[in-house]
Amino acid sequence: MTRLSITKAYKMYVGGAFVRSESGRYFQVSANDKSATGADPETVNIPLGSRKDARDAVLAAKNAFDGWSARTAFNRGQILYRLAEMLESRRDELTASLQRAGLSAKDAEAEVGASVDRAIFYAGFCDKLTALLSSYNPVPGPHFDFSVPDPMGVIAVVAPAKPALLGLVSTILPIIAAGNTVVAIASKDDPRTAVLFCECLATSDLPGGVINVLTGDAKEIAPHLAKHREVAGIDAWTEDAELRAKLEAEGSDSVKRVTTHGTPVDLKWYDAADPQVGQGLGFLERFLETKTIWHPVGV
Amino acid sequence: MNHGTIHSSQASSTPGSSVVARPRPSFSGTTVDKVAIEERVGALAKRSIKKQAKVAGLKLTTSMIDLTTLEGKDTPGKVRALCAKARRPLASDPSIPACAAICVYPNMVPVAKEALAGSGVHIASVATAFPSGQSPLDIKLDDVRRAVDFGADEIDMVIDRGAMLSGDYAKVFDEIAATKEACGPAHLKVILETGELGTYDLVRRASEIGIAAGGDFIKTSTGKVQPAATPAVTLVMLECIRDHYLATGKKIGMKPAGGVRTAKQALHYLVIVKETLGDAWLTPDLFRFGASALLNDVLMQLEKERTGNYAASDDFSKE
Repeated sequence: MTRLSITKAYKMYVGGAFVRSESGRYFQVSANDKSATGADPETVNIPLGSRKDARDAVLAAKNAFDGWSARTAFNRGQILYRLAEMLESRRDELTASLQRAGLSAKDAEAEVGASVDRAIFYAGFCDKLTALLSSYNPVPGPHFDFSVPDPMGVIAVVAPAKPALLGLVSTILPIIAAGNTVVAIASKDDPRTAVLFCECLATSDLPGGVINVLTGDAKEIAPHLAKHREVAGIDAWTEDAELRAKLEAEGSDSVKRVTTHGTPVDLKWYDAADPQVGQGLGFLERFLETKTIWHPVGV
Repeated sequence: MNHGTIHSSQASSTPGSSVVARPRPSFSGTTVDKVAIEERVGALAKRSIKKQAKVAGLKLTTSMIDLTTLEGKDTPGKVRALCAKARRPLASDPSIPACAAICVYPNMVPVAKEALAGSGVHIASVATAFPSGQSPLDIKLDDVRRAVDFGADEIDMVIDRGAMLSGDYAKVFDEIAATKEACGPAHLKVILETGELGTYDLVRRASEIGIAAGGDFIKTSTGKVQPAATPAVTLVMLECIRDHYLATGKKIGMKPAGGVRTAKQALHYLVIVKETLGDAWLTPDLFRFGASALLNDVLMQLEKERTGNYAASDDFSKE
């Protein structure tokens, strides 16, 4: 007996819920013919996120910020570790999804493995970054003087088009590890794997709204995030030089911290032999403010 | 319905309430079609209001807000800050109108009176053992008179929901009538606390009693009970106001309170008012929002329309 095919409705992840675009728009992504999964190539609808979806996601991220940043660093680490567990248990599904987007079985497997390792890496970093980034400053007077890192708030991320999964994981996890919340625009080339990643987020004890993932056209959505005064920073990984310039210009009115990166295709995101590649303190400290406290000696 | 004889003699013998001259209605009650009401508000919620119409609607909303703080932790400082915000909601934009009123507990009325002197912003005070209303009538009436003496020009009273639910409509009616008399020149808003009444039929009946007993406004909720104001319950009350107007020619005001937090919701309410009662009710004299968080969201949307950018919540003063 033949079974009816069950097609999956891919949705964006906002405020801990899977939602369609408020605009009702979709774009289509088709499976690559080279698919090694054996399944028939299929074309699926993906929500085409709009300005208002971005606004809703910022609100969700803003509402999640107080609770997330107030958690202990240790607890944030536990939750990221739980995320790694969820990714690990869905490795096959993630690998198949990357293959549908055109990766070879070997490359897809390597990317998923690296993504899980990266989640573990930042899980371990959560309760260490304050110690690593803080200082006791000598000052000319009877004061103790400390500088400590503080999360900035809502950070928008334009995730690299490739690698679709490892790029998303590598850009957003260091941002939330420090207590920020994120609105990310997933790779338009392979939004399905990003949605699958969100399904792992939804089962990982991560509070709703800490990571929000929109699908669609970064060119359309990102400028609205750059203008939004609630957004404290933007991390844009895009080859589109025009968009990078636009985000820098639009972000200036609200004095946002805008970091833009052209993403050359040969940029290396992972090297099993070199732990400095694609991760580290450099990623963690980009969206932190430094808070300096003066305290009189002897009080 | 044969309740209330005993209570009415109690009410009229209470010192200070003198005699309840107002004739009691029949308390027969009009039934409400739940499905139709919910369909109707659902359909009205689909209206899309953009650009100039949105700006006009949001400014009208601002002028209809009873900016409210009803907490045990209220201080004179907080009330003064709220009064300043009611007078001039957004310092940078004088085209945004002042709020209709400040709504506070009686003890805060003198503070508000001083802070609002000469501004035209009204002072509403809750009274009658707000929010439960579970006190003897003479205490409730004393509460009202003191609030008026302190300088309140609007009194928000609560009805006795226990009496309402047990069918003692005459008691509810007599207490409202006595409160109206105690108000003197002050306007009376009658809070039904619809979240505790349970059915639309009872909301409709309570509305009829509130209007017949002399309420100038009927109001959904105290804000202390969930659910507070909903569009459906507001429509039920507005239809009661409409029927009263058609029968007598007298205009009664409406105030949804509690649960109206976003500009979008507020515009939805204005659509319901316009479609039920027409433009005549789209004025602060006949329609109010009881709210605190709503004002900042309205200001945020107005700034969005003015600048084209979404604002941050920290851009607006909070208490």
